[in-house]
Amino acid sequence: MTQLADGRTADATQPSGRLRFLPHLVRTTAFKLTAIYLVVFAAFAIFVLGYVAWNAKNLLDDQIRSTIDAEIQGLAEQQRLGGIRRLVQIIERRSRGPGASLYLVTTPLGERIAGNIEALPPGTLDRPGESEIEYARSSEALDQTNHAIVRVFMLPAGFRLLVGRDVEERERLRVVIKRAAAWSVLLVVVLGCFAGWFVARRVLKRIDGMNDTARSIMAGDLKGRLAIAGTGDELDRLAGNLNAMLDRIGELMSGMQQVTDNVAHDLKTPLTRLRNRAEEALRTAQSPEQLRAALDGAIDEADGLIRVFNALLMIARLETRQISDSMAPLDLAEIVDGLSELYEPLAEEAGLTLSASVEPGLSLTGNRELIGQALANLIDNALKYGKPEGDAPATVAVTARRVGDMIELGVADHGAGIPEADRSRVLERFVRLDQSRSKPGFGLGLALASAVAHLHGGAIRLADNAPGLDVVMSLPVAPPPVDRPLFEAPAGSTSQPDAAGFQSA
Amino acid sequence: MRLLIVEDDAEAAAYLVKAFREAGHVADHAPDGLEGYAMAQGGGYDVLVVDRMLPRMDGLSVIRSLREQGETVPALILSALAQVDDRVKGLRAGGDDYLPKPYAFSELLARVEVLSRRRSAPTSEPTSYRVGDLLLDRLAHRVTRAGEEIVLQPREFRLLEYLMKHAGQVVTRTMLLENVWDYHFDPQTNVIDVHVSRLRSKVDKGFEHPMIHTIRGAGYMVRDTAR
Repeated sequence: MTQLADGRTADATQPSGRLRFLPHLVRTTAFKLTAIYLVVFAAFAIFVLGYVAWNAKNLLDDQIRSTIDAEIQGLAEQQRLGGIRRLVQIIERRSRGPGASLYLVTTPLGERIAGNIEALPPGTLDRPGESEIEYARSSEALDQTNHAIVRVFMLPAGFRLLVGRDVEERERLRVVIKRAAAWSVLLVVVLGCFAGWFVARRVLKRIDGMNDTARSIMAGDLKGRLAIAGTGDELDRLAGNLNAMLDRIGELMSGMQQVTDNVAHDLKTPLTRLRNRAEEALRTAQSPEQLRAALDGAIDEADGLIRVFNALLMIARLETRQISDSMAPLDLAEIVDGLSELYEPLAEEAGLTLSASVEPGLSLTGNRELIGQALANLIDNALKYGKPEGDAPATVAVTARRVGDMIELGVADHGAGIPEADRSRVLERFVRLDQSRSKPGFGLGLALASAVAHLHGGAIRLADNAPGLDVVMSLPVAPPPVDRPLFEAPAGSTSQPDAAGFQSA
Repeated sequence: MRLLIVEDDAEAAAYLVKAFREAGHVADHAPDGLEGYAMAQGGGYDVLVVDRMLPRMDGLSVIRSLREQGETVPALILSALAQVDDRVKGLRAGGDDYLPKPYAFSELLARVEVLSRRRSAPTSEPTSYRVGDLLLDRLAHRVTRAGEEIVLQPREFRLLEYLMKHAGQVVTRTMLLENVWDYHFDPQTNVIDVHVSRLRSKVDKGFEHPMIHTIRGAGYMVRDTAR
């Protein structure tokens, strides 16, 4: 009893285990493709064979008919020459011979005179012309019926002549074709299954490999890359693209890591200062006035930190293009003149002359606040670092001019300038060159200006003003695209706007 | 001045209520948008200080709904979203001013006081401002002090005009940058201070009582100290 129960459970679990695997197989693309191909090819094979069979049958039937026709012609000729007697003689002779030919001559009442047919469906002889019938041969048992195409011919005086041919050949052909169809379908299924299994195994193996790699990357192996088989097929291309994406993500992550490190490092200094001040005030302050002064200092320090965070947040938002719906046509003269006027007293205080020159009628589509902020940062930098050392003119020139499809906003000073090697570096966050360490600031001004330029589809470039620094922010005149891919190619390509719109950001 | 502070952060709200009371104002607190909306309706407040992100009904919706009902009480929006287009959205919803977090209380106080004054002031601006012996004629673009003409650059004129319009009130550096230069960004340096000191050298130099006062930790104020 237990054995039976065990046997049952064993039998019951085994197929269900296999069945559990089946849905997985059925879901694979390879399986679906194979199934579709199988159905299509099997249908095609059946159609081709059916067409061949149909044509062959028609051909055979035609041949049979023309044979019958020829024979009837000949027999009718004989009957005309020698009368019914001669016809009967000929038929009797022919009926004795082997072959597929069938003959019958009857009286007007349907009684057999000569021929090799024993039984006919009733009424056959009353229908002159061609028909396909079942019949029995004289030499065979009555219950063995055969198929034949026959033709009935009315002889003079009511006698009837039937000539026909057995269609056994045709039946044989049908059997042959049926068998061929069965075999070819079987072959298509077997070969298709095999090919499908082969393709699926090959493709699935590579995809499984990709999945394994992806899982290991997700699990933390950030250096892992997908294998490329070198065949140049679509899987290779997919793997190549995914690898490029992983590289880009890696770059972004290490960039982010660097920024985070910089933020932590650069904010530690003011925070330490803040803490030291508070501590010192607690320790040494004698009067409420001294405490108040220390608190004021602490608030100033905290305000500075807040400004740094605001600038960092702004850069981050510009880089991820979270500014939307805020682009409008701008009058550049208004911006350049306004900012020059805003900074002019500061320049005077620093012993510099600030001059502004704008080509008339310049305008572009952009965000006034952002472009203003960027230009203000550039002017602010020029005022901080643009004091000439030798006998170079103590001027800072703010210019705006159109070059092709770009508008170039330039701020040029005659200060110490920036060595060529450092020029691309200073656009990064928190990068401050050694000679600027003594001045106030956090090294975010140029980074912010650069982010603004990028958002507008432009770029910032630093050039030698011999002596001094010429910072040029070039911005496209046309509405800037913001829907550029997040993974844009670095360097250069940023100045080429694509056709995508801005609103979708 | 009666204020309504709509702010969900209890600690921040308590600090604001206390600070406004110390500054001599009456401040009520609503902990969420819906309550703030209900209290603001016919509450007779002079200014609303509305946090942008609030439970139950966000700050912009509160202001928009009040405006749709014809409620004109000035509203200042506080927001942790300190970016360019957020300000635009805030003002578009019917807010009168926008202050990103974190902010200095002195900045908030100065802005709220200006807003409340705007409510009580006549709608049409006067053609001239007078503070003590300082007179600014907006139509003739002339400034005189004790009858003597002071020659100002256009921007200096606008600076003085804004300061005199809010005479007796603290005006912060950011408010000056916003209202005189129409920029809302952080100028990084003491650029406004330099402009004010220039203006001061023209307006106050040679006079016994200064008109333009620096309010430590807050900003500037035009006030007649002669009396």
